[in-house]
Amino acid sequence: MQSLALEGGFQNAPTDAAHAFRSIMTAMARPGEISRVDGATPPAPLSVATGVTLLTLCDPDTPVFLGKSVNAQEIIDWITFHTGAPLVEAKDAMFAVGSWQDLTLDDFPIGTAEYPDRSATLIVEVPTLDNTGAILAGPGIKDTSRLTVPDIDAFQTNRQNFPLGLDFIFTCGNRLACLPRSTRVS
Amino acid sequence: MTDYNFAYLDEQTKRMIRRAILKGLAIPGYQVPFASREMPMPYGWGTGGVQVSAAVLTPDDTFKVIDQGADDTTNAVSIRRFFQKTAGVKVTEATEEASVIQTRHRIPEQDLRDDQILVYQVPIPEPLRFLEPSEVETRKMHALEEYGLMHVKLYEDISQHGAIATAYAYPVKVEGRYVMDPSPIPKFDNPKLEMAGIQLFGAGREQRIYAIPPYTQVVSLDFDDYPFEASKADHACDLCGAEDSYLDELIVDDEGGRMFMCSDTDYCAGRRKQGHVGAQGVPYAEDAA
Repeated sequence: MQSLALEGGFQNAPTDAAHAFRSIMTAMARPGEISRVDGATPPAPLSVATGVTLLTLCDPDTPVFLGKSVNAQEIIDWITFHTGAPLVEAKDAMFAVGSWQDLTLDDFPIGTAEYPDRSATLIVEVPTLDNTGAILAGPGIKDTSRLTVPDIDAFQTNRQNFPLGLDFIFTCGNRLACLPRSTRVS
Repeated sequence: MTDYNFAYLDEQTKRMIRRAILKGLAIPGYQVPFASREMPMPYGWGTGGVQVSAAVLTPDDTFKVIDQGADDTTNAVSIRRFFQKTAGVKVTEATEEASVIQTRHRIPEQDLRDDQILVYQVPIPEPLRFLEPSEVETRKMHALEEYGLMHVKLYEDISQHGAIATAYAYPVKVEGRYVMDPSPIPKFDNPKLEMAGIQLFGAGREQRIYAIPPYTQVVSLDFDDYPFEASKADHACDLCGAEDSYLDELIVDDEGGRMFMCSDTDYCAGRRKQGHVGAQGVPYAEDAA
């Protein structure tokens, strides 16, 4: 393991994680709203926001799936050192990281009728993240909001499974936005 | 403050709670199981709310705790001090100034803003529990959206009392899917469940977390011919004269004397500072002197 893997974690884990979680939670509660986070510098091509999200939410209890574009030894070392999360196949993952092309949505657990929370959260690296494009409506959104999402059809299908389904965290640089399964996308 | 990890809980526990909160927000009204920890207070004293608050607080927050609307009761004071000590956060009694409010059984009278978070302490999170004691069965009922039993219960209220007699913990349906227990808030507060702030519910003993994101549809269950009614004591506050706030009834002597006053102490004090005086009240300045 190279020393690179040991760097780039939170400087002060309890407070950095507290600030990061508040940003992520606000984003999950208000789909489409873009939050800024900082405190982690993971190896490229992982963005700061992806790194922060992993450090805030993942630990030995959360199996993680790595998409093709981020499945490099450096990244595996970094995630393993900082979170201890086991790396697994898509069907066993609680979290997934990758580009939109990396992740085949059908592969991930969407929960069961009695435990819809046992579903994966996908951390998707996107090239652009702005409040334009698809129209979002649903819980957490006053009227409607807008967000650049990679694919509208996929999220409409995901929504049809409600209350089952996948939840998404889109990351771009040091910014992130969320799209929970409850959001209607058009 | 350095004697404790920030906000008391260890980081792995906070991550586990945080993941549950995110799933709760993604599935509004659904009760997410979580591995509740023992806290330095007995179950039933707000351990669920405390754990959720600990997972949500940042060092920049201003924290307020209310117990049945009051900032100055034992439970509220001790929880406020707990986080003052373990998280070093600022504390306040003013709803306006708080960024995180932990509450036992009330929603503040003043409307919450979109940057405020309301954390509820929940004793029994399962609205169907008193109708169906088995967790296996209630889970199945939620999965199948089988809520007929709840309507039977409300109907029995009507047949016995002529009206829906449920006055607190009045069941609601969230976003047209899950029937949820809003914790034992008076039904007067139910319309306020549709708000701009984020609402998080923590049940420590029962090990459940659930959530309502802002602007989520929350409908109190009722019947076309017996619509839901947010009721309160038919009085004005005797201290501040407010006619629109939820009131506590206080017995003041052994001859049947009583007075009504706002359950939300901050709201009442704020009105009195503005010069409002109720039937048995005195101006705020004189009282303080």
